[in-house]
Formats: sequence, C-alpha cells, structure tokens
Amino acid sequence: MAETIKTSTRSQSTRRSFSGIRTQSLLLKGITTLLLAAGAAVIMIPFLYLLSTSVKDRDQLRQSPPPLIPMAGTTVEINGQNEPLYQVTVNGKQTKMALIKNRPGGMGLFVDPENPDQTNELVIADQTPLKHLEIHWENYPQALQKMNFNRLLLNTLLITFIGMAGMLFSCSLVAYGFSRFRAPGLNVLFILLLSTIMLPSQVRLLPTYVFFAKLGWVDTLLPLIVPQFFANAYDVFLLRQFFMTIPLELDDAAKIDGASPLQTLLYVIIPQSRPALVSVAIFHFLFAWNDFYEPLIYLHSPEHWTLAVGLQTFNALYAVNTNYIMAASVILILPPILLYFLAQRIFTQGVVFTGIKG
Amino acid sequence: MQSTRPHHRLSLAHREALWAYAFISPWLIGFVIFTIGPMLASLYFSFTDYDIVSSPEWIGLTNYINLFHDELFWHSLGITLKFALIALPLNLIISYLIAVLLNQNIAGRNIWRTVYFLPSVIAGVAVALLWARIFDPKYGVLNPFLERFGIHGPGWFSDPHWALSALVIMSLWSVGGNIILYLAGLQGVPTDLYDAAKVDGATAWQRFRHVTIPMTTPVIFFNLVLGLIATFQYFTEVYVISVGNTVGGGLGGPARSTLFYNIYLYQNAFKYFHMGYASTMAWILFVIVLVFTLLIFRSSNAWVYYEGQLRGR
Repeated sequence: MAETIKTSTRSQSTRRSFSGIRTQSLLLKGITTLLLAAGAAVIMIPFLYLLSTSVKDRDQLRQSPPPLIPMAGTTVEINGQNEPLYQVTVNGKQTKMALIKNRPGGMGLFVDPENPDQTNELVIADQTPLKHLEIHWENYPQALQKMNFNRLLLNTLLITFIGMAGMLFSCSLVAYGFSRFRAPGLNVLFILLLSTIMLPSQVRLLPTYVFFAKLGWVDTLLPLIVPQFFANAYDVFLLRQFFMTIPLELDDAAKIDGASPLQTLLYVIIPQSRPALVSVAIFHFLFAWNDFYEPLIYLHSPEHWTLAVGLQTFNALYAVNTNYIMAASVILILPPILLYFLAQRIFTQGVVFTGIKG
Repeated sequence: MQSTRPHHRLSLAHREALWAYAFISPWLIGFVIFTIGPMLASLYFSFTDYDIVSSPEWIGLTNYINLFHDELFWHSLGITLKFALIALPLNLIISYLIAVLLNQNIAGRNIWRTVYFLPSVIAGVAVALLWARIFDPKYGVLNPFLERFGIHGPGWFSDPHWALSALVIMSLWSVGGNIILYLAGLQGVPTDLYDAAKVDGATAWQRFRHVTIPMTTPVIFFNLVLGLIATFQYFTEVYVISVGNTVGGGLGGPARSTLFYNIYLYQNAFKYFHMGYASTMAWILFVIVLVFTLLIFRSSNAWVYYEGQLRGR
C-alpha cells in the first residue's frame, strides 16, 4: 500500500499540486466547521428549550409548537375584561384593536381601546395577534420552595464534599503506595484494583445494602459517604499515572533530608500534583452531584433526600407543572455547568487522561 | 537467595514493602468490605431465599431454575441487548467522528469542544426530565418540528414501539464523555507519523484510515468495554422517565418496553425484597458482562494496535 502511494506522488510534487492541497485543506476546514456548527445547534437547542420552559406560565406551556422565546398574547382591559390585542387593518390603515367577541364565520368584533364603543367586524384570521415577551421568574422561588430545596441542597453538599475529602485522602495514599514502592504482590494487587473498574456494581450492591441495613445506616447519609474513605479504582489509577510523571530525584532529595515516606507524600508529591488532584476532585463533584441510583436505594425519608432524588420525586408529584420541574432542573444543572466553565481546560485538554493510552 | 544478602538490606526491602502495604491499606480494607466480601455474600444469597428481615434460607439452585423460566428475565435481557446493539455502535462511531472533527486545526476549536462536552457534565435526573418533555407528543418541541417536514411524530415515551428509540436518541445527545477520551487518544498520535505519510503522498482519507484509526484503537477498545458495562447498568434515565410517565404504566413502561435488566433487578431487590433472586440476577449479569468483555478482549488482538508492541517486548 505504502509503496504505491510513494511512487504515484513523488513524480507530481509540483507547485501546482501544492496549491491544490491548500485549497483542499481550506475546503476541509470549511466542511468541518459547518458540521460542528450543525452538531452544536443540536446540542444547544434542548438547553434553550429548558431555559425558556422554566420561565413560562401555564398558558404559555400550552402553546404548540412551543416558542423558544417565552412569548404571551398581549391583552388590554375593555370594560373590566382582559381582551386579546391584535394588529388589524381597517380601511387600509394599520392600528391596534382588541377582539371582544367572536362571530360566526370566522369573524370577530374588534374595538379600539381608546374608543371601545365603536365596533368593527373583521375576519380574525387576517389579523395578527400581538405578542410580547413575558418571563415568569417567580417559577424559580416557587419550585425551590415546593421541593424543599434548602434541605436537599445541604444533604447533597454534605455527601459531595465529605465524600470528596475522603476520596482525595484515601486515593492519594493508595496511588502513592502503588507508584513509589516495590513489594511482593503489589503488581497483582494493582491489576486487581484495575479490574474492579469493569465489575458491574450490582454484584456487590445488594450485600452492601444488607450490611448497611444491619448497621442501621439505611436512611442516613453514611452509606454514601463512608465508602469514599476506602479509595476507588478510577481515581487511584488517574492519580498513580500522574504521580509516575514526577521525577524520582525529588523523592530522593527529600529522603536525603531525612523525610519519611509520609512526609515525602505530603511535601513533595501532593504539591506537585495539584492539577491531577483538582481534576479528580472535579470529577468526583460531578459524579456525586448527579448520582441517583445509590441515593435512591439508601435515602427513604424526604428530609434525607439528595437534590437528584428530590427532583425525581418532585416530577412524579407535579408532572403537570412542567415549568416548575424545568426551573428546578436548571438550578440542578447550574453548579456542574459553572464548574465546567471554570475548569474548562481540564476537560478540553484532557489533563488527567494523558496516561490512558497503552 | 535471600540468605546471601546482607541483613540490613533485607530489612530495608521489608520496610519498603511495609510502607507500600500501609499506603494501600485503605483500598485493601475497602476491597474486602465493599468488593470481595459482598461478592461472596451475593453468590451465597443467590442460592437462598432471603428478604433481609428473616435470615437467608438455603434453596439450592431454585433461583437459577426459576430465573431460567422467568419470562420477564428474558424480556429484560432482550431489551438490554437490543439497546446495546443499537446505541453502543452509534455512540462509538458518532463520538469518534466528532472527536476527529474537534481535533482539526480550525478556528474556535476550544469553543466547539466546550459545547460538545457540555451535556456529559450534567448527566442524570435533570437531563432525563428535559428529554421526557422534548419528546412529549402534545407539548413537546420535537414533534411540531418534525411536522414541518410532513413527518407525523410518534408518541415516543408513551408508545411501546418507540420508547427504546427515544432512549437511543437521548443517549446520542450526551456522547461527550467518549469524546474526551477519544481526543486524548487522537492527540497522542505522534505527528511525525502524519508527516511521514504526507511525504509519502497519502491523502487525508488515507492518513485517517491507515494512521489515525490504527493508532487510536486502544481508546476505541476502552470505550467499547466501558460502554458495554454501562449499558448493563443503565438505570437513571429509564427510571426517571418511566416513573414520571403518566400514561406509561410506571417503572419500565410503557408496556414493559423499557424494562431494562437493571430495572428488573432493582424491582426484585428493592421493591419486592427478593434479595436471593436479585442476587442470582446480579451474578448472571456478572457472567454475561464477563463473557462479552473476554470476547472483546480476545478479538482485540485482531484489531487493537498497541504502539509498545512494535518495540518488541
């Protein structure tokens, strides 16, 4: 294959084909950008729909197709009643009039709000109903209050951050152990650790549930926090890969200065590993914040729920109130999105993933 | 051999081993309490009748035999495999293509990446609720859009024939997680390989086909294995959507069309508290995943290319 390519092009490496390659690459870039833009639109539209639905009221929710910008029909008060306002054409002149009565045959009685006694009978379909932007921010406080947000937020934060501290503490120790020492059986144990990434969680979930039930920990936050203090394969692996890139000379220098292995970890490895630690902390936040299965099985009473469980129940109870559900959803996805934008580099440049390739 | 070594060196090696085990002890203890112990326990439970309240009662292979005759078990397994067969290849291919596009040297590259990763950071309940609304046949945004092209959209999550397809579409929206890994793999392809191919006159397609794809097969492989395992654990989206669906008849609905394996397992374990039966399901699942993973590993010799092998290890 390579042979044929070689012979066919050596002969034609002229200036003409060079400019051909340049236009070809420009064309490729154009197509790439177009494709990416189309995909980006597909990704963003659901977000826009989410945002716009969260600020609509009941009437606006019934509009079909749902407008992406939350509009509402403009009304005007005529004789104590709110009537819809239309842009109408009377005798070739454009004015604004209110529709006060429907007549048979698609006709309607329109009046000028300034002069409500003089009626005009016009074809309704020919007139355009006036709309204006109408945003119901009050959906947000109402949704938060209905789902007992503050309590659920507290639970979620406790689980997320205590768990994060436990994860960082235990995974640093374990990753250090696997990256800097020689001991019989250590390699086998590391492979064992990695293989647990592929273990379907169901095989250990039920006895673990029974175990926590016997301890009396079901319906407390403990089953979601305590296991984090015993390290997990994914974060240990990522941290170990990072620790391996730190030069051994630094350890040796610390050793000569009389530092114990624990001190070396604390004063040499940890300060050097800031980006990796921040990355696993962020991934842990996202995991814990979005986690649903385990909170669902362990947390039964409403005052112990996490936000994810609370939102699901809120939806089951108030399914009709799409606007409240969407407002609560916006609140729920806001912290991950903010974090994502703050720590964008970690995601877009794959800081911790560089070690994954074989 | 040990006896020939000086005494203090032996104790140094000993000390190093002690430190190593001290440092990895959190994981070792956790491994016994939260992995090996529970695995053995659930293997034992699978041979018992157990409802947590009373103590487990040994019933031999009864659970396994019952499971074999359980129509819903086969049904849920079928749904899961069907979903895996459709969603997994689609996800892998689409995310790979997006990653290749994102890896091109184009203007605003970081902005594009930011947009494409975005859905993967908010996976969970909120996303499921959002898509349940988008697919809503009455007030949703998708069917009126299709109507413009003269397509009369189906009932999606309220139609047993379409609920699974809706889940597939939904899963395609958040392929970002795969993209991150693929991009790391693509960036790891040495540029001199591309330069060499260019010098040899390879076209863009040839470079893609004979350099990019072979060099990134390890990441494709990694995503394939993890994707398969994730499919067998698929839960949150199905739970949230089917429970919240007012016309679907509850969990796994409509008409059991989204009764995934993990949903059925959950029902047995935490709705009926048939811990023995659910443990049997968990172990069968474990064996299935293991077999599939081994098959993928076996086949990987034929299609996964590791650069390290070249150096003749």
